[in-house]
Amino acid sequence: MTPALPALCRDCLTPAASGQRRCKACGSPRLLAHAEMNELQLAHIDCDAFYAAVEKRDDPSLRDKAVIIGGGKRGVVSTCCYIARINGVRSAMPMFKALDLCPDAVVILPDMAKYGAVGRQVRAMMHDLTPLVEPLSIDEAFLDLSGTERLHGASPAVTLARFAKCVETEVGISVSVGLSYCKFLAKMASDLDKPRGFAVIGRAEAMAVLEPKSVGAIWGVGKVAEERLRQDGYVTIGDLQRADQTDLFRRYGAEGGRLWRLARGLDDRTVEPEREAKSASAETTFDADISDPETLTRSLFLLSEKVSARLKKGEIAGRTVALKLKTHDFRLRTRARALPQPTQLAVRIFEAARELLNKEAKGERFRLIGVGVSDLCEAADADHGDLVDTRAARDKATEAAVDSLRAKFGGAAVMKGIAFGPPRKPR
Amino acid sequence: MKVTLERGALLKSLSHVHRVVERRNTIPILSNVLLQAKDGALLLRATDLDLEITESVAADVGQAGATTLPAHTLYDIVRKLPEGGQVSLETAGDSGQLLLRSGRSRFNLQSLPESDFPDLTAADLTHRFSLPAADLKKLIDKTQFAISTEETRYYLNGIFMHTTEVDGHMMLRAVATDGHRLARVELPAPAGAAGMPGVIVPRKAVAEVQKLIEDLSAEVVVEMSTTKARFTFGPVVLTSKLIDGTFPDYTRVIPVGNDKRLTVDCAPFAAAVDRVSTISSERGRAVKLALSEGKLTLSVTNPDSGSATEELEVDYDAAPIDIGFNARYLLDITSQLDSDTALFKLADPGSPTVIQDRDGAAALYVLMPMRV
Repeated sequence: MTPALPALCRDCLTPAASGQRRCKACGSPRLLAHAEMNELQLAHIDCDAFYAAVEKRDDPSLRDKAVIIGGGKRGVVSTCCYIARINGVRSAMPMFKALDLCPDAVVILPDMAKYGAVGRQVRAMMHDLTPLVEPLSIDEAFLDLSGTERLHGASPAVTLARFAKCVETEVGISVSVGLSYCKFLAKMASDLDKPRGFAVIGRAEAMAVLEPKSVGAIWGVGKVAEERLRQDGYVTIGDLQRADQTDLFRRYGAEGGRLWRLARGLDDRTVEPEREAKSASAETTFDADISDPETLTRSLFLLSEKVSARLKKGEIAGRTVALKLKTHDFRLRTRARALPQPTQLAVRIFEAARELLNKEAKGERFRLIGVGVSDLCEAADADHGDLVDTRAARDKATEAAVDSLRAKFGGAAVMKGIAFGPPRKPR
Repeated sequence: MKVTLERGALLKSLSHVHRVVERRNTIPILSNVLLQAKDGALLLRATDLDLEITESVAADVGQAGATTLPAHTLYDIVRKLPEGGQVSLETAGDSGQLLLRSGRSRFNLQSLPESDFPDLTAADLTHRFSLPAADLKKLIDKTQFAISTEETRYYLNGIFMHTTEVDGHMMLRAVATDGHRLARVELPAPAGAAGMPGVIVPRKAVAEVQKLIEDLSAEVVVEMSTTKARFTFGPVVLTSKLIDGTFPDYTRVIPVGNDKRLTVDCAPFAAAVDRVSTISSERGRAVKLALSEGKLTLSVTNPDSGSATEELEVDYDAAPIDIGFNARYLLDITSQLDSDTALFKLADPGSPTVIQDRDGAAALYVLMPMRV
C-alpha cells in the first residue's frame, strides 16, 4: 500500500486522505493531494478569463453565453470566456475571426477602470497573505508564502485554497493557483488545471513534468527563440534536459546556461514586490486610420498628459521621450529623443514628441499612436532648468496649478485649446 | 585634365580638405573631392553640404579641366606614395577613368563628373575683417568645450560670435553653452567686424577651423553674412553654413551680484578635484565644495564605492557655503584658465557661479551647481 499523501478538500478546507474520491466532510470531489503539498511556498495566482469573468459577475444573464471582451469597430479579442474558448476563440485573435468561429458571442467593450478596481481588490487580498506579492499584470501575481504558516495557522497550500475560495465568494470571480518551489514552475502549474484550478509541482516530479513540454513553455522563449531551438534539435524541454550544459552555453551563451537550468526546474529568482517601473507610456488605436497631422498632434497631446499624470503620481520623471506609431499596414515605427534634462511635465513630453511626430506625419496613415517616457529618475531631479532653459520653473508652476484644479474639479476643469477637436460642421 | 604636382604639396592639401568628407555618405558625389586644374594651380574642394573647404596648390597644368575622385581613397593613395615624388593626374577621354601616376605606381580611379559637385559658394558675404590666427584660436579654444551636443536645442550646437560695446570699446565675443556651463571670451573687435550679424558657427566648422590654424602669426580673413561664414587661411578657404536659430540671451544668465569670492591656486585645485572624483563611478557625479574661512574641503560620496575628501588652503573670507559641481566641468574650466589662480564668485548652492582668471579677464565662465 502506498503511504497516504497529505490531502485537502478545496471546498471545505478539511484535511482529507489521499485515496478518497470525495471529501468525507462535504462530499466535494475537489480534493488536492500531493506529497510536497505542505512544504512548497511559492505560488502563482492567475484570474480565470479575468475581464469576461468580471462582466459575467455583473450581468448574470451572460453566464451561459460566450462572452468576448475586445475593442471597438476593429481590434482584437483581449479576453474571452471559457464558453467562447470551446469554439476556438483565443485572446489576441482578430475580432472578425472570433465572430466567425463563435457568431453567438456577446462582444463587450473593455471597461478598464472597472477591471482595474477588481484587480486591485484581488491584489489587496493577496497582500493579506504575504507582503511578498509580485504583480505581473492586472490579474496575475507571484506570492512567496515562506514563513507565513504561523501567521495563518496553516500551510501555504491551505492558505491558498482558502484564498481562492475567498475570492470566489467576496469578489465573484475565480482564480487558478499554481504552487511550487520556484517561479517558473509555479507559473506553469497555475496553467495546468485552469479554470478554478489548483495544481502543485513538487521537486520530485519537476523534471518529469517538464520533460514532454515544448521548449516554448520555458519563460522567455518566444516564437523566434523556439524556432531556433527547434532547428537545433531541441523540440521538448526533455531535449534540453538531456543536452550538455557546456554545449548549450557554447551555442547560446549565457541564455544557454539559463535554458539548461530552467529545463531542470532550477530557477532561483525571488519574488520581488513592487517592481520599479522602467518607463511610463500611453497609446491609442484609432477607429479609422489617420494621416491628418493636426488630429495626430491632438492625440499626442492627450497621451502626453496621461503619461505626465502617471509620472507625477509615481513621483518620477524621465530623460527620454519616445514616439510610437503603427502604420495602416501594421508596421511599427518608434522614434526617441533624449531630453536636456529629465521631465515629468506634460508640456515638455508633448513638445519633444511633437517634434518627433512632425518628421513622421507626412501624409501616411497611422492606426496607432503612443508616447512613452523612459530612463526614469526621481522627480526631485527633474525640471530644474539650466542656464538656457529659464522656462522650467514657470512650466512647472503652471502645470502644478492646473493639476490642483483638476484634482478639485475633475479632469475636464482646465483643458488646453489643443485638446479640443475641430468645430463641428453645421448641418 | 592633365596636371602634375609634388606629392608633398598634394598630400598637405588633401589632408586639409578630406576631413570634411563623411566616411559614410548616402549621396555618392559627397564622398568625392573636386579637382580643378587651371592657371598653374590645382584647386581641391570637399563638402558635406554644410561645410566646404577649398585649397589651391601650385601645379604644372598640362591641360586645364576638372573632375572628382573619392576623397578618402585619393588621400590614402597619396599618403602611401614615396616622399619627394611627383604625382600626375590625367583624365582618360570620356570613360570617367582617371589615371594617377607617381614613380612606378599607376592607379586607375573611377571619377564622377565635376558638374555633379555641389556648390556651397556664398554670394553676398556682407562683413569682412581679419584677425591674427592666434586670436581666432583663443576664441575657439576657450569656448569649444562648452558647445552642446544635444539635438533638441540645436541652436546651442556651435559658437555664437558677435560684436558688442563694452565700456566704450567694440569687442568681438565668442560664447558657447550647453546649459550647464557657459564660456564667454572677448577681444577688441578687429576693424570691419563692428555691426556684423550675430552668428552661430556649427561645431564641425569650429573644429575644422581650429585644425586649419597652423601658423599662429598669420592673419585669418573672416567674412560673414546671416547664413554663411568664410574663413580664409592663405590658400585654404573654409565656408560654412551657420546654424539657423537664435542664440539665447546669455547676458541674463551671467550673474553680476555674486559676492562670495574664492581664490584658488589652479593646479593644486584641479589635481585635488581630479583625485577626489576618482571615487565617483558615474559620469557627471558631483564634487562638493565646502567653504569656510581660508579653507576649502572637496568631497565626493559614492554610495557604491565609498567617499573621498581633501582639504585645500584657499583665499576665502565670506560666510561658509556648501556647493556641488560636476567634477569634469570644473576641470574643463580650470584647464582653460591662463593664470595660476582662479577666481570663483559664488552666490548660493542653487545659483550659477562665475569663474575667471581675475576680475575683468577676457574669458569668463558660468557654471551651474549640482545638488549634493
